[in-house]
Amino acid sequence: MRKNLNIIAAYTIMMGLIILVGIFQSWNVALSIFNMCLISAVMTMGANVQWGYAGLINFGLMGYAALGGLAAVLISVDPVPEAWSAGGFDILICLCLIIAIVFLIRFILKNFEKSKIRTYGIAGIIITGIVIIRITSESGIEAIEAVNPATTGFLGGLGLPIVFSWIVGAFFAAGLAFIVGKVALGLRADYLAIATLLISEIVIAIIKHEDWLARGVKNVIGLDRPVPYEVNLQTTEWFINLVAKFNSGKLELISNIADKQAALNQLVIEGSSVFVKLCYSGLFLIVVIALLIVTQKALYSPWGRMMRAIRDNEEAANAMGKNVVKQHLLIFILGSAIVGIAGAMLVTQDGLFTPGSYRPMRYTFLIWVMVIVGGSGNNFGAILGGFAVWFLWIEAAPISLFLINLFTVGLPETHELKVHLTESVPYFRYLMMGMGLLLIMRYRPKGILPEKIEIK
Amino acid sequence: MAFFEGVKMTGGYGTGPDIINSCSVDVNRGEIVSILGPNGAGKSTAMKALLGLINLKSGAVVIDGKDISKLSPQDRVRQGISFVPQTKNVFAGMTVEENLEMGAYLRDDNYQNVIEEIYELFPILREKRNQLVGELSGGQRQQVALGRALMIKPSVLMLDEPTAGVSPIVMDELFDHIIKVKRTNVAILMVEQNAKQALNISDRGYVLVTGENKYAGTGKELLNDPRVRSSFLGG
Amino acid sequence: MDFLNAIILLLNYIFVPALTYGSQLALGAIFVTLIYGILRFANFATGDMMAFGTMVTILITWYFQSIGISLGVLPTALLAIPFAIIFMIGYMLFIDKFVFRYYRVSKSPPVQLAMVSIGVMFVTQAVVRIIIGPADRRFFDGEKFIIKAGEFKEMTGLNEGLAIKSSQAITVFVTLILVSILFWFLNKTKTGKSMRAYSDNEDLALLSGIDPKRVVMITWIIAGILATIGGALYGLDKSFKPFTYFNNMLPIFAAAIVGGIGNPFGAFLGGYVIAFSEIFITYAYKKFFMYILPESMEPETLVQLLSTDYKFAVSFSILVIVLLYRPNGIFKGKVL
Repeated sequence: MRKNLNIIAAYTIMMGLIILVGIFQSWNVALSIFNMCLISAVMTMGANVQWGYAGLINFGLMGYAALGGLAAVLISVDPVPEAWSAGGFDILICLCLIIAIVFLIRFILKNFEKSKIRTYGIAGIIITGIVIIRITSESGIEAIEAVNPATTGFLGGLGLPIVFSWIVGAFFAAGLAFIVGKVALGLRADYLAIATLLISEIVIAIIKHEDWLARGVKNVIGLDRPVPYEVNLQTTEWFINLVAKFNSGKLELISNIADKQAALNQLVIEGSSVFVKLCYSGLFLIVVIALLIVTQKALYSPWGRMMRAIRDNEEAANAMGKNVVKQHLLIFILGSAIVGIAGAMLVTQDGLFTPGSYRPMRYTFLIWVMVIVGGSGNNFGAILGGFAVWFLWIEAAPISLFLINLFTVGLPETHELKVHLTESVPYFRYLMMGMGLLLIMRYRPKGILPEKIEIK
Repeated sequence: MAFFEGVKMTGGYGTGPDIINSCSVDVNRGEIVSILGPNGAGKSTAMKALLGLINLKSGAVVIDGKDISKLSPQDRVRQGISFVPQTKNVFAGMTVEENLEMGAYLRDDNYQNVIEEIYELFPILREKRNQLVGELSGGQRQQVALGRALMIKPSVLMLDEPTAGVSPIVMDELFDHIIKVKRTNVAILMVEQNAKQALNISDRGYVLVTGENKYAGTGKELLNDPRVRSSFLGG
Repeated sequence: MDFLNAIILLLNYIFVPALTYGSQLALGAIFVTLIYGILRFANFATGDMMAFGTMVTILITWYFQSIGISLGVLPTALLAIPFAIIFMIGYMLFIDKFVFRYYRVSKSPPVQLAMVSIGVMFVTQAVVRIIIGPADRRFFDGEKFIIKAGEFKEMTGLNEGLAIKSSQAITVFVTLILVSILFWFLNKTKTGKSMRAYSDNEDLALLSGIDPKRVVMITWIIAGILATIGGALYGLDKSFKPFTYFNNMLPIFAAAIVGGIGNPFGAFLGGYVIAFSEIFITYAYKKFFMYILPESMEPETLVQLLSTDYKFAVSFSILVIVLLYRPNGIFKGKVL
């Protein structure tokens, strides 16, 4: 029990902070922070599975999150039949071509000895492949992108409920992780970090510039929600009654009926947005708790013990007959799949997919700060890291504004320095993240909630 | 009193148990002394103690009558103690000549003549002077390693298993080189696995067992001692 | 004549820009490789350190401009760079003393140092944006062109023009001088050799009496010089925007690894390999073929292997391929 006291205390403080935001700023803000915290927590859990359990560095989190988001688009958006008829055939042919090339290369790799000719041959096949694909796809892509470019201009999706994308996103990410893992996992740690980062940049570049797929930088907006819309709620009887019941004390104080109605309307509008966010919170909480249970079970299972053994002494584990390469690949795929889920959740919540917003700062390095700060190897720590760092990321602006005002209190409002600093408030969050990371790494290198299991 | 001496050294790694216990070795200039013993006897530890790589709990290290027990490894290098590690004992990405220059890093005078002396000692190195050491054969590398250590004109040269992992022919060649070095009036102290061959060229030897001196004597005496023969030299 | 036109076309659109861009990458790549070779970690703060150096250069340039100092036809920034370098060296040594040294002394694994460099990245990025803001800034003054395309056409009577911006010439010129001095230093001086020795085999370097503190300090000093000049040249030629500098870290890493990380000469060449392949692969050759092919065979499409959107992706793909087939880089030979 005493051991868990830290965890309970840390989470109580965290929830307390969010509630304080609810009281002093607004419940809307508090809930949107809470929801993003939950999504961040899922991402950190994915990174933690890779780094904390197995010591694998994955700086490509951004790419997996984006694939999750892509899944959300491809699942929920209605198909665009005009686009399909305009260029779907060409795209399908290209897909077949890509598959054919992959199999051809596999075939060559399997059946021929390693030699210069083989290497050049494969290079030749890839280059001719690219040329052929470009030629065959060009007209199709142009046709697709010409179909009503202001709103569609892409193939569209399957038109299924968006929640399915959380699973599909996991599979997308897992597929990419399989390829990346096959290719890069043999590299030593810092090379792996760089390689995964660059591969994720390639993935983002493709999503950004292949407009036929998901409109690229033109973004997809208005994705269907798994929860009610505010506008609908505001006209729904049971919801209005619910709000009235909740606030009956407040409403009774107002005697004028017109005023009362106006107050009620205001409350309904506020309430509807809080209600929607609560629905998301519920959905996200289910995911977080389910993942937490699974990851905790895995951590304490023989498999988890084996993973830690591999992490702490790869050679010894190898000598004991553990297939390190296979296990690493497996855990790389699992962790990436979790990040993919988070990516899909994020797009579900936002209702829009903006490939341009996937930047390594936000989707790779920030997540890593969360993992390190929270405590790698400890799932509770990882989730806490997601909460604490996201909270700070959002609240950094008000905090730094407060500090600036405190330190420049003697200066007049129009003083150049004060104005300049006030304009720079958004960047103080980077400063806080950096300082936080450096301080934690120096003075509490195992994070706020360190890994508890020590291996003898 | 010998030129270089470790007196009743006791110590181990960090706060761990003592690996060497009241262990004493000494060596004079122009002499080769081998430290032998079974695995885990503390041979390398004794050498590290002499170098200052581990801290002694008791005992002393003395060179030329001066107590250097408190000096750091780098300062011991300045006192003329040179060391050739067992592995990674050359700068593989640098040329032969650059390796020698790095050996002379602490010398401020013109060391060109010292390089010439090394080339006299190991003629093959002159031939390969501009080649990367990583591209040389195992035996040639060991010569570079010896040459680098000799660049400060040491009075004491310590070798950690110089023949580990080289072929028997190269081993003989290397021992020849070590004898050549000894003739330049250097005190040579080495840890060796190939006990028989080492004793053949050694003036004296020590046999350590569990960190303590078990036997000591001239190379010939140890070679002929039936107890040493049966337990360490394979009959 | 058509053949000459085709050559000028390639020179103008591929060779000159790639040579400039390659020089800028090369300086960054040498910076990465030095840190990696001697301090033994991948420095994720590379791009932001370069941004910091550039920012200081810009601030000093503004100051000079405000008091009316200029270099005439040359950009004022060239005068500001030496002062910026001094400041930057101070910054590097400051960071080393308060951040990196602790982990070096306690012999932390390289991964931990890389994580710490991410912390430094965040902080440096914040400082740069707080001081100068995130906006795009141009600070080039002086004569813009050495040869203008129009003048070139008049001079030669060709259809194709060749334009060389003075910022491009300055970039290539300064890079070559700087790199020559650096290689002379590393290969011919005792201190330089001791740095290479330290990078090659740390333990043996210590046994040879090489002072690690000195080696580390000189490494940071060189790093400060490279970061400032590399960043300032990029900013002079293109423009200064903190986010771009952060992004440039990726092709710079690619160049360093392609050249064999820890090998400065490889990093130098790696910069050009990355720059040329990016531009080669994304250039549309339609016009080129129009010059050299008979009219009947002229291409209808752009004849472009990949669209320019994938410029970065090209260098990253090269990197991934190199990592797979030759993890030690494509240039064999000396480390550091």
